Amino acid sequence: MLNFTIRRLFLSIPTLLFISLVIFMLLQLAPGDPMAQVPLTVPPEVKQKMREALGLGAPVHVQYLKWLYQFFVIEPSVFIDYLTNRSGLLGWLPDTTLSMTTDPVTGALVEKQRVISWQTRSPVMDIVMQRMPQTLWVVGLSYVVGILIAIPIGIYSAYRHYSVFDQAGTFITMVGFSIPPFFTGPLLIVIFSVTLGWLPSIYDTTHVVTDWESFKIQFMQMIMPVMVLALQTTAQISRYMRSAMLDNLNQDYVRTARAKGLKESVVVMVHVLRNSMIPVVTVIALGLPAIFGGAIITENVFKVNGIGQLLLTALFANDLPMVMTLTFIFAILIVLFNLIADILYGVLDPRIRYD
Amino acid sequence: MTDQTPEIEVFGALKDNEPSAPPRSQWRDVWDQFRKHKGAVWGGGFLLFITLGVLLGPYLWQLEPTKLDIRNKNWRPIYTLIWDSGAKAGWAHPFGTDQLGRDILAQMIYGGRVSMAVGWAAMILSLLIGTAVGVASGYFKRADFVLMRLTDLFLSLPILPLVLLAVTLFRQPLTKAFGSPEAGMFVLIVSVIAFTSWMQTARIVRGDILALKEREFILAARSIGSTPRKIIFSHLLPNVISPIMVSATLGLATAIITESALSFLGVGFPSDFPTWGKLLADAVQRMQEYPERVILPGVLISVTVLGVNYLGDGLRDALDPRIRGR
Repeated sequence: MLNFTIRRLFLSIPTLLFISLVIFMLLQLAPGDPMAQVPLTVPPEVKQKMREALGLGAPVHVQYLKWLYQFFVIEPSVFIDYLTNRSGLLGWLPDTTLSMTTDPVTGALVEKQRVISWQTRSPVMDIVMQRMPQTLWVVGLSYVVGILIAIPIGIYSAYRHYSVFDQAGTFITMVGFSIPPFFTGPLLIVIFSVTLGWLPSIYDTTHVVTDWESFKIQFMQMIMPVMVLALQTTAQISRYMRSAMLDNLNQDYVRTARAKGLKESVVVMVHVLRNSMIPVVTVIALGLPAIFGGAIITENVFKVNGIGQLLLTALFANDLPMVMTLTFIFAILIVLFNLIADILYGVLDPRIRYD
Repeated sequence: MTDQTPEIEVFGALKDNEPSAPPRSQWRDVWDQFRKHKGAVWGGGFLLFITLGVLLGPYLWQLEPTKLDIRNKNWRPIYTLIWDSGAKAGWAHPFGTDQLGRDILAQMIYGGRVSMAVGWAAMILSLLIGTAVGVASGYFKRADFVLMRLTDLFLSLPILPLVLLAVTLFRQPLTKAFGSPEAGMFVLIVSVIAFTSWMQTARIVRGDILALKEREFILAARSIGSTPRKIIFSHLLPNVISPIMVSATLGLATAIITESALSFLGVGFPSDFPTWGKLLADAVQRMQEYPERVILPGVLISVTVLGVNYLGDGLRDALDPRIRGR
């Protein structure tokens, strides 16, 4: 198993490199000039110098390799420096200066060149780190809620196969599959914010939870975005849960368990459920990156300033380093969770051996 | 020749009391099974209705979708008259008009044309790519490794961000290349959706081809000297038609949703060109006063996709010989 994990980890490196190359070439082919917003009074030779300062004068492969170096070497070292210098968790370690370099002219310690956003002229990863918690809260919570709703529905509709509950459950999951989030979002806003006036329609990310009252506000504003995303998750996972349970309920070991006089609850909830969870757990792992993609739309509907919304604004502002980095982060998530799903499959099911 | 015909005693239970039914074709069986699935019949019927509606609609409802009529702006749909007889509504504009007085029914019909055209075109293109890759990698051993690694790579691409990227970045050059923004956008959206959604089809087709390739009828075809081309087109492809049809329905549903999502995010077709997603997105700003403008296109997208999904569900059951006849 360890062997397999290590092999897969090494295999994912060329995959990620290839994906980063694809994204990079796509952005290279794109028209659009980062200097388009600069006033016309700036003379062309100054513009040319500004372009070179952004690294645009260099040949394509140099630009690509520099981006790779900045993303894979400098950004992690900045992160390590942050951990050892300022974070509470590892702050006791001796301070490191991996991301620092001595300036050849003044001799002072300066930070190495990081991936810089063209919009804000600040390091891309700093902005990503500011936006990440909002996305993680909404996406993570919606995924948990979705799974918690989906698994009981799946179990019960498989157990009462072709019952009214099963038919209704199948219909609802079909509807959940079919209604896109950019419709459920406005629909919920129309119902709960406009007509009933119960919930706020905009997610206020500056809100700080200090006491019970502010927690209630936070809870109210999270309900709608979380439920919109959770509907998609629920629809998918309860389908898988149901079919996995159906596969297992007709197996011989279930009859044996019943024959030896186990209670029905034990048979279903212990014997069948544990075996049915194997494919479902991998589907849960595989589906997580897709949820991040779906969050782009949900964040746009509810005005959550997470990374999905960051990607959209960066795209419209032609901020290529930001777009490149964010898209690549999405790609890392996908590759990582594919790997996790494969490993989980091997860990949970002893019949599967990769060697 | 021997004239010893062995006498087989037919046991009572094995004897057929009535002559066996006349042979039935496979597609008749499929159709009978398909009809049993109520949701699939409804879904298929609705898809047919929508397709015919958007094709023939402009001949029946002859208002121009882009014609401004500022005096008659902000009409409500006809059904508001039921509870509010003073509302601005009437049979002249059954679904109402928008803030510029454009007729919403006409916009829906034209928007549906675009959405359905994008859906069908992207689905067909993605099926062509997927089937070609699947057949090539299943049939030709040398191509298998490369093509499957390519499929894996495509599967680990972040689809929605990349689609957004491609559509935003290549809007202008393609608009120039095709003369009009609509044509450029259509080609761009269709090809982007198709190039990012062919992988599942390729995997399914490859698996089926690998299994079929070892069967006797392929061996027989090869032994009489059929060329690989002939084997693929007249022996293998007819046998993988059912999984292809099932993934076609899935592809249609995804393509319609992706196109609407792009329009919703404001990177789709140009602004005066109605599509369902665009109608929805434009209406979101005014949904406090006119919620029906969000709900009507949204319901249309959802019900169409729901119909397509049910159709796929029914097709899967009907085309699976193990389930058929149960």
